[in-house]
Amino acid sequence: MAVNTPTKPADPDFVRVRSTATIDSGNNLLDVKALKMHFPLTQGIIFQRQVGAVRAVDGIDFFVEKSETLGLVGESGCGKSTTGRAILQLYKPTAGEVKFDGVELTKLGGEQMRKMRRRMQMIFQDPYASLNPRMTVGNIIGEPIEVHNLARGKEKTERVQELLRVVGLNPYFTNRYPHEFSGGQRQRIGIARALAVEPEFIVCDEPISALDVSIQAQVINLLEELQDRFKLTYLFIAHDLSVVRHISDRVAVMYLGKIVELADRVDLYERPLHPYSQALLSAVPIPDPAIESKRKRIILTGDVPSPVNPPSGCRFHTRCWKAQQICSEVDPEFIEHETRHWAACHFPGA
Amino acid sequence: MAQQLLEVTDLYTQFFTRDGVVRAVDGVTFEVAAGETLGIVGESGCGKSVTALSLMRLIPQPPGKIVKGKIMFDGADVLKMDDDEVRGIRGNNIAMIFQDPMTSLNPVLTISRQISEALELHLKMDKSEARKRTIELLDLVGIPSAKKRVDDYPHQFSGGMRQRVMIAMALSCNPKLILADEPTTALDVTIQAQILDLLKNLAREFRTAFILITHDLGVVAGMTQRIHVMYGGKIVEKADTAELFANPKMPYTWGLLRSIPRLDERRKAKLVPIEGLPPDLIAPPPGCRFEPRCQYRRDVCREKEPPLEHIPNSKPDHEARCWGTQQGGWLVDTDWHKEVGDMRVIEEIKQEVAQLPPEPKPGDVPPPPAAI
Repeated sequence: MAVNTPTKPADPDFVRVRSTATIDSGNNLLDVKALKMHFPLTQGIIFQRQVGAVRAVDGIDFFVEKSETLGLVGESGCGKSTTGRAILQLYKPTAGEVKFDGVELTKLGGEQMRKMRRRMQMIFQDPYASLNPRMTVGNIIGEPIEVHNLARGKEKTERVQELLRVVGLNPYFTNRYPHEFSGGQRQRIGIARALAVEPEFIVCDEPISALDVSIQAQVINLLEELQDRFKLTYLFIAHDLSVVRHISDRVAVMYLGKIVELADRVDLYERPLHPYSQALLSAVPIPDPAIESKRKRIILTGDVPSPVNPPSGCRFHTRCWKAQQICSEVDPEFIEHETRHWAACHFPGA
Repeated sequence: MAQQLLEVTDLYTQFFTRDGVVRAVDGVTFEVAAGETLGIVGESGCGKSVTALSLMRLIPQPPGKIVKGKIMFDGADVLKMDDDEVRGIRGNNIAMIFQDPMTSLNPVLTISRQISEALELHLKMDKSEARKRTIELLDLVGIPSAKKRVDDYPHQFSGGMRQRVMIAMALSCNPKLILADEPTTALDVTIQAQILDLLKNLAREFRTAFILITHDLGVVAGMTQRIHVMYGGKIVEKADTAELFANPKMPYTWGLLRSIPRLDERRKAKLVPIEGLPPDLIAPPPGCRFEPRCQYRRDVCREKEPPLEHIPNSKPDHEARCWGTQQGGWLVDTDWHKEVGDMRVIEEIKQEVAQLPPEPKPGDVPPPPAAI
């Protein structure tokens, strides 16, 4: 690295080299580079002109290794769900690259993309809204099998029953409708549907947020079991830091459309470098009165700014207690500060 | 017993629906002293919100009805009051903070109108006085440039700010008791920390009693002095906060504590979920409400409902509703940290749950499309 150091640090390519969050180690299932997803804001009735854009995701780099779980945390509106959807090409990204197993997804045509979709699936947040109320469970789980021509007739029925068994439901439920099930059971149906096409990669978008406390653990355990059994890779999106810590191998923290920190689970939770991660972690209540009474909270002031018009420089500087002049002027680079521990901050560390 | 601010005795609230009587609150007894913070913890549908609404006499009627019980607030029986008297208490002596700050403010009235309404009504302030007090209150709950924002509409505020407005409104008449029903559930973690911090300081400053209703054990751990755990319309465990977390005595509480991942857990410990589903309150289990999901159940649990009783080896005010942990029970010496229960029973429960829901009748038609 020292030999090749370019002389002009401002060169954008130089930044790319140092943002090794994207370097291909050969074991990556997913590589995301400089991904941007902007939603246009328009004005006018007939002639709509663009007056601005919601910069939901604004240039993020990360990779996901085979059979690991990458947790993506952040507050609502920080762009974590948009990231998940942009990866699966449910939105057409504004800019950037998404490489899945070496194939560039943003350049694929419809038919090719459909073939790729068999290998990547999604589990949605709301188990009430994500199942069609007029389809039987058998049809809901069987449809992806049919679409991808994986099985037909009796074979398909058997496969659906097997999937129901895998997610811990009675295999003879195939003729029932979603309204006959509880929230936790519906989420299991959603998981069975995602598994139906034998995917390698699943984006879990807040899969447990809508469930009751006692049911959440059931679904978390199920997701973990399935990962071991089918060698699945997860992108686990959630706002609950305790849950993300529990299930993830590595964790990325997002703030206002950018990843501010990315590290192995233990490193991030024990030595967070970015002030936002530190504040976020200190804000989570711990169910133990003895610890709660001793903890020092970092209480952030104010709210998250609008992604239409994000603050200049570091986006967090308006709420950061460490902010200096430079923070409002220069956007900090996403740098590997420790081994496999990236952060975007001018003054990282405690 | 010392003078209690609120005494609820044997409260039953039921909803009369087409499918049957939903026994949402089924014999709840508790008290709150002046200046005390009480936590009520439970899952959705356990009756914690209905308890709070009953205290304010806000149960929609029909279908709901407070069937039985006594609610003594500051020496007066709330259930015997006529509507005018209740209105005099509501918002004045007992205030409520609701879960969803997006829907609990009136979108077509300015913030100042909404807060000063209560001030003019209860404290008989005139317009300019009320306005001055409103600005003070907004300052108190930490709304920046309150003077300018007082004439804004709710949509001009963010979620956290709206919750602050709700708190300002609750505080406006210096109530003796504030019911906070999941005050931070709809908010992000960093905003939740702000709001909890604010509530804690206000409770200390004004010596207001709080009832904090939540499903999040983490939130009550840092905020309350005593905790009541509710399950299936009943209180299943009562203890002071430190005692409840150190020495819980009801398998449901064990289950809750074991099933949440903790931010400070050291290893990737396996979560132990509570198998099964919360009870149906139209036809609750005949014995202990938790029996169908309990890993430690015995036959007696199905036959007879355990009373809420003091538990041996615990602090004097620690009560639980469990045959196993009560005097002479089989769980008295069980260490809930190490035990995960009887694996055979867990399997049994899983089997039973897999059989749910009941068989559809022959010729079952697809559900009608959801009404829009």
